[in-house]
Amino acid sequence: MTDLETRLEDRLRSVLPADADYASARHVVERGSHLLVRNGVVEPASASHDEGVMFTVWRNGGIGYGATSDLTDAGLLAAVERASAWAAATAGRSVIDQTPLLHTVGEYESPVAESFEAMDLADQVAMLVRADAALDVDDRIVDRAAAITRYDIDTMLVTNGGGRVVQRLHQVFPDLRATANVGSNTQTRTYGRAALGGQGGLEVLARHGFGDASVRIGEEAVALLDAPNCPSGTMDVILAPDQMVLQIHESIGHPLELDRILGDERNYAGTSFVTPEMFGTYQYGSELLNVTFDPTVAGEVASYGFDDDGTPAERTYLIKDGVLARPLGGTISQARTGLEGVANSRASSWNRPPIDRMANLNVEAGESTLDELIAGIEHGVLMETNVSWSIDDSRNKFQFGCELGRIIENGELRGIVRNPNYRGISSTFWRSLSGVADDFTTMGTPNCGKGEPNQVIRVGHASPHCRFSNIEVFGGAA
Amino acid sequence: MSTADVRTDFDQLITWATGSLQGDEVLLASLRGETSDFVRFNHAAVRQAGSVQQQMLSVDLVEGARHAEGAVSLTGDREIDQARVAALLADLRAQRAVLPEDPFLLYATDGLDSERSVDGALPAAADAVEAVSSGAAGKDFVGIYAAGATYQAFGSSLGQRNWFEASTFNLDWSLHLRGDKATKNAYAGTSWEAGAFQDKLDWSIRELDALGREPKNLPPGAYRSFLTPSAVEEIMGMLSWGGFGLRAHETRQTPLLRMVTDGAAFAPGVTIKEDIAGGVAPDFQSAGFARPDDVPLITDGRFDRHLVSPRSAQEYGVPTNGAVDWEAPMAIAMDPGDLAADTVLEALDTGLYVGNLWYLNFSDRAACRTTGMTRFGTFWVEGGEIVAPIEVLRFDDTVYSLLGENLEGLTDTAETILDAGTYGGRSMESLRLPGALVSEMTFTL
Repeated sequence: MTDLETRLEDRLRSVLPADADYASARHVVERGSHLLVRNGVVEPASASHDEGVMFTVWRNGGIGYGATSDLTDAGLLAAVERASAWAAATAGRSVIDQTPLLHTVGEYESPVAESFEAMDLADQVAMLVRADAALDVDDRIVDRAAAITRYDIDTMLVTNGGGRVVQRLHQVFPDLRATANVGSNTQTRTYGRAALGGQGGLEVLARHGFGDASVRIGEEAVALLDAPNCPSGTMDVILAPDQMVLQIHESIGHPLELDRILGDERNYAGTSFVTPEMFGTYQYGSELLNVTFDPTVAGEVASYGFDDDGTPAERTYLIKDGVLARPLGGTISQARTGLEGVANSRASSWNRPPIDRMANLNVEAGESTLDELIAGIEHGVLMETNVSWSIDDSRNKFQFGCELGRIIENGELRGIVRNPNYRGISSTFWRSLSGVADDFTTMGTPNCGKGEPNQVIRVGHASPHCRFSNIEVFGGAA
Repeated sequence: MSTADVRTDFDQLITWATGSLQGDEVLLASLRGETSDFVRFNHAAVRQAGSVQQQMLSVDLVEGARHAEGAVSLTGDREIDQARVAALLADLRAQRAVLPEDPFLLYATDGLDSERSVDGALPAAADAVEAVSSGAAGKDFVGIYAAGATYQAFGSSLGQRNWFEASTFNLDWSLHLRGDKATKNAYAGTSWEAGAFQDKLDWSIRELDALGREPKNLPPGAYRSFLTPSAVEEIMGMLSWGGFGLRAHETRQTPLLRMVTDGAAFAPGVTIKEDIAGGVAPDFQSAGFARPDDVPLITDGRFDRHLVSPRSAQEYGVPTNGAVDWEAPMAIAMDPGDLAADTVLEALDTGLYVGNLWYLNFSDRAACRTTGMTRFGTFWVEGGEIVAPIEVLRFDDTVYSLLGENLEGLTDTAETILDAGTYGGRSMESLRLPGALVSEMTFTL
């Protein structure tokens, strides 16, 4: 470390304007690494170090930010001056004119049971070589890969009122995929389509059986080639947790984001069918539906102690017994609406300002076993692993597809089908929830996009298997 | 810091790093950076406003057939940046030592230097805010103003240097009437003219009048439709996701699989190419290879050439054409047709005028079957006249149908669209597309 990089906190504090109504510096260092073995070839290892700081200044009803990767004294000062200039230029023109932000003090770090440092790089590569080779179960496998992507993210938020929040997050995203082909029929099976990540170290791999999954994934990809297309019709479906991730994300998470409800996202990510007056009374789903914003789940992708505005995070019901309770809205959105929200103001990195995001958004476990859910279906499909997702800009009319379906007849699992799809409308879909299993799988997605300027963020979802009744199901093209 | 200073610093940093190499090491380095202003609007007021200055250096450290890749943020300070690059090179050496040889490594060994600069006359950011605030006063204006300098560079220890910079602005907005009834527009380029912006804003305001009519709730079914260039852009986005890359074809994951295995085709009038010369993307890529002015992708409805990254070139034994690693086009262009652009409503007669599509995905990738939603500025038309906006509809159809058997015509002009994307940094991608008249488009929800 050079002299200029030492005492960073003091240097950040020294340039924060004391006379601002509120000012903050949010310094982020994200160290990433990626290992990939594809078709038996070890691709070049890659590592990244992304570092910078965002200053935010609130003054006289104006708000501005200045973000820079230039961490010299001159660079920091220039960024603060740009933030102050924007605050002056937007005074009287902003959607909010008084800061509701707090000067919080606290720390958080992801628990790590077994650090990746305990396994040297050669052993990590060897593990992936084995996982990749095990995917190659048949001559019809035409492409395969095994990968691990990791992020270590250090964030420090300091404010001109003495606030200081330091957080260290450790995220791991393992991946396996096998593609099988015959003629114009191509089928791909994956390890949860990147949903089986989490916080922690090597234990994240064991959490969902990464080491033993390859052969099953390869065999299922091949089996799908000979499987019939998913039947069409109205029937009951069971969604596996690695499809519930997507269902929760698109048709509960995004519609409940308060900045969408406020209209901030209407030019890009879209609006919401949810309106402010619905909170407290709207029957979002059947009484089996319980949804929490829960940053306290150990090992889930988006567990944290504080959001990027410094608001302390805690477990909160968003939907209780099917009734809509509160939105996904951070401190600023709460001040704009008067609604109670959660600590979900998050930024993708130092170069983007915080906005309302999902963090850990979970469907709570029920009391049925998976076997009981299956036994209650006369004719239906169990769908696993999301492959296609599309929903309207109000987050209402959706159509989702999965990698693999399992036919259910007279309460028993039968053969598999390919290209299972279903469609519905969010505002009524969750009311068809007719069974919630007692299993509970923590997962997430590394790719949630939103915001102008655009931001990709990693979010967590946990869910049991869930059964929905009378859903429109269909297969692929003939 | 000016882009001229950044360019000088980059050159000096690569020269310094070259001097620090060991043995037969080869250094490949790419720089990507920007100095940008971003202003976000909602209800014609400012939601967020700020500036971002960032530089990211990506490095591939090669020795023989072994190599490792890394990236590091740069500060612009020589001492700090040299220290960071030195630390990165040390890490990459350590990683490389335990990695096997890479049979698919390929980089430019005799690449040519190049430089390209797209100069701009950008307004002061505060002036742009004032233009929006005053011009859209009283309107429900939502959107993003992004402007400033972006740059990319390549440098290697073999002496090659390439530089690209552009000063651009992109104001991307929608005007909202109620609920999801809105009209979409954009003003983008290199030279801001207040009158031109006002003209576009006035057009949006006029279109709002049509949105004020009682919306029509159409049942699912097949409808004759006109797709504006913005709607065609979404379909091109899906095709770009593996449609043209060699790796996706070789591994049978391309959505155009039936085009190359079963003889499926688009209409003979459909010709699509990667048009680097006509776009705003750099004409070089991260392994130092130059991009040709154009690559024909679909010619007269049939598949023509692939986009080939250096890695795929080595894997499949063909020459690279400078494609990015993920083998997607950076400046896709579709030839216009002969449908007069100012008579599309008349040609449509009765059906859907689709201003925008949204959130497309494959419902059966191998069959190139896609689904997505209608969005901004979509109307029901009867007798060549706009009747009413519609409640959003979901389509589910194959691109072979939309650009093939059901394609009646493409407009005689193609619209240039500068990508407003800002994930990580401001996009340098663009599209040039006509509108499309289709006899039947299948809507399902």
